[in-house]
Amino acid sequence: MEHRWGMAIDLDRCTGCEACVAACHAENNLPLSDPDQAEKGRAFHWIRVDRYYEGEFPDVRVKYMPVLCQHCEEAPCEPVCPVYATYHNPEGLNVQVYNRCVGTRYCGNNCPYSVRFFNWFEPEWPAPLELQHNPDVAVRPGGVMEKCTFCIQRIQRVKRDAKAESRPVADGEVQPACVQSCPAEAMTFGDLNDPESKVSRLAASGRATRLLEDLGAKPKVFYLQRAK
Amino acid sequence: MGTTVEMRGDGLRSALWRPLNGFSRAYLLALAVAFLVGAWGLSCWGYQIVRGIGVAGIRRPTMWGFYLVNFVFWIGISHAGTLISAILRLTDAGWRKPVTRAAEAITVFALIIGAAFPIIHLGRPLLFFWLLPYPNSRLLWPNFRSPLMWDVTAISTYLTGSVIYLYLPMIPDLAELAQHATGWRLRLYRLLSLGWTGSDRQWHSLERAMKMMAGTILAVAVSVHTVVAWDFAMAVAPMWHSTIYGPYFVAGAIFSGIAALVVAMSVIRKVLHLENYLQPVHFENLGKLLLLMSLLWVYFTVNEHLTAWYGNSPAEMGVFGERVRGRFAPYFWFMVFCNFVLPFVLLSIRRLRSVATITIAGFAVLIGMWIERFLIILPTLSRPHLPAAAGFYTPTWVEISITASTFAAMVMFYLIFCKLFPIIAVWEYKHVSHG
Repeated sequence: MEHRWGMAIDLDRCTGCEACVAACHAENNLPLSDPDQAEKGRAFHWIRVDRYYEGEFPDVRVKYMPVLCQHCEEAPCEPVCPVYATYHNPEGLNVQVYNRCVGTRYCGNNCPYSVRFFNWFEPEWPAPLELQHNPDVAVRPGGVMEKCTFCIQRIQRVKRDAKAESRPVADGEVQPACVQSCPAEAMTFGDLNDPESKVSRLAASGRATRLLEDLGAKPKVFYLQRAK
Repeated sequence: MGTTVEMRGDGLRSALWRPLNGFSRAYLLALAVAFLVGAWGLSCWGYQIVRGIGVAGIRRPTMWGFYLVNFVFWIGISHAGTLISAILRLTDAGWRKPVTRAAEAITVFALIIGAAFPIIHLGRPLLFFWLLPYPNSRLLWPNFRSPLMWDVTAISTYLTGSVIYLYLPMIPDLAELAQHATGWRLRLYRLLSLGWTGSDRQWHSLERAMKMMAGTILAVAVSVHTVVAWDFAMAVAPMWHSTIYGPYFVAGAIFSGIAALVVAMSVIRKVLHLENYLQPVHFENLGKLLLLMSLLWVYFTVNEHLTAWYGNSPAEMGVFGERVRGRFAPYFWFMVFCNFVLPFVLLSIRRLRSVATITIAGFAVLIGMWIERFLIILPTLSRPHLPAAAGFYTPTWVEISITASTFAAMVMFYLIFCKLFPIIAVWEYKHVSHG
């Protein structure tokens, strides 16, 4: 395949500001949850920032870890879907077909990273937020599963533009909303098929690890941190 | 309406047909209560369809809750019947004869109820038929790699098989009933008896068909609950991904099935006054089976938990801890009490074994096995691999109502069945008395 999209996140740079979370909300038309629903654990965050605490008070260090769909090569969510609503696309993206989903939520249970979000109700936006929907992104109906797409709409647009100009997609040209908005520049997105791309070089650096690597899901998100 | 069944003839027939006629006050009251609870549950389901599955308490990460617990529970109960009656039929246990039909009826009703739950549980329940392999314009085929598709296949096979298995031994009874009934009952029985005349050839084919079905249904029943177990065991979730789940679930299913049978038998014995036919010896024998399954259940439970504890992997220990000493611990130890301590005491001490105590043990096992399914599903989901994603689950009134209504549905189906068909196979029983 021409592309194999992947991401690198530098945990030593991440400040836990959650700009990525806000940007993702705006870009991908995420439904807003009321406080009751949020308290029930039903808030939508295609990318979330997990916090890990190291050491004893007062000598505590907080570690932030942005967690999004890891777009696993061997994605556990894919084979369990009875209706092929979640599948692997030719560019290695783990894609969710909203129209096909009937809502068994098996994929959500089988995702070791817990990054899948379910529309428990029809989505709602308090006025006037419904006016700021991104026209490039489908609004999901109630009863279907959704999750991070690596901003597939941006990937498509860049590919289209590049094709129109008869040139290859340049490294760094595709920027998902989270990557674009990260003030610490902790996130890098690119083509893992291109050994010279920035993300490939970061993934090959000694600092790269993958989350829950022992499960063998082969995620395409690489976390960079200082080796101890 | 002139729909009575005339009760001339021998005493046996009149005793076993008596429940078909008339309605006692207790019967009508039970039917009314069951209907009301069932209707309430149905309206709750309607509300859930209109409003969205979010009216249930499920959330992230516990995406499966009461509905899937009920699913596994009822599919387990369905093993009452067919499996037990098939084993008893194949081993030619003479004492089985008054028990089999009561058991086979449980199977069919429990399967219908159980099979409803995956649909109730769907985010878009009206599209459930997308799980069926039917030709459609978009050339989409269901994903047979998904354990949920194995479920669809296994359960529809099992339902078909167990309906046939319930129906076959009813044919001679239906033919005999047709000779004595009037009105719509006459038409119903005549239609269902398929022209049975009782010739030697017909008896011969019936016996052969029943033997064949008993063998087949045994294999199907084992595979069905194994497949239900695989819904969990195929997932990479901690404590689910285990080789023990197949046999563990099958044993648990037979265990809860026997318990359901004991409870149902002791109810119909009292309500339909069948004390002379459902005798202490039947309870005694089922009680012994229940004890055996209780011991098997403990064996599996120890296996499951000891290996996880000894292996000491962090993800599994999180779930293990939740179960035995965390938020789920009270349920866990209550389950051990219901499934092992109480039945073991009541059933293994000969002096304590009576119809009443065996029924109590059966009831305890039903409660315990429901909790067991709860404890299999929820601790695992509430403690996923990443600690930051951990969560908890509390059911809502919608889930509780729908759960209650399925028990009511079982009662209602059973009450109606007892009015339409003799709950004890008359011809089989005759065979017993003639040696």
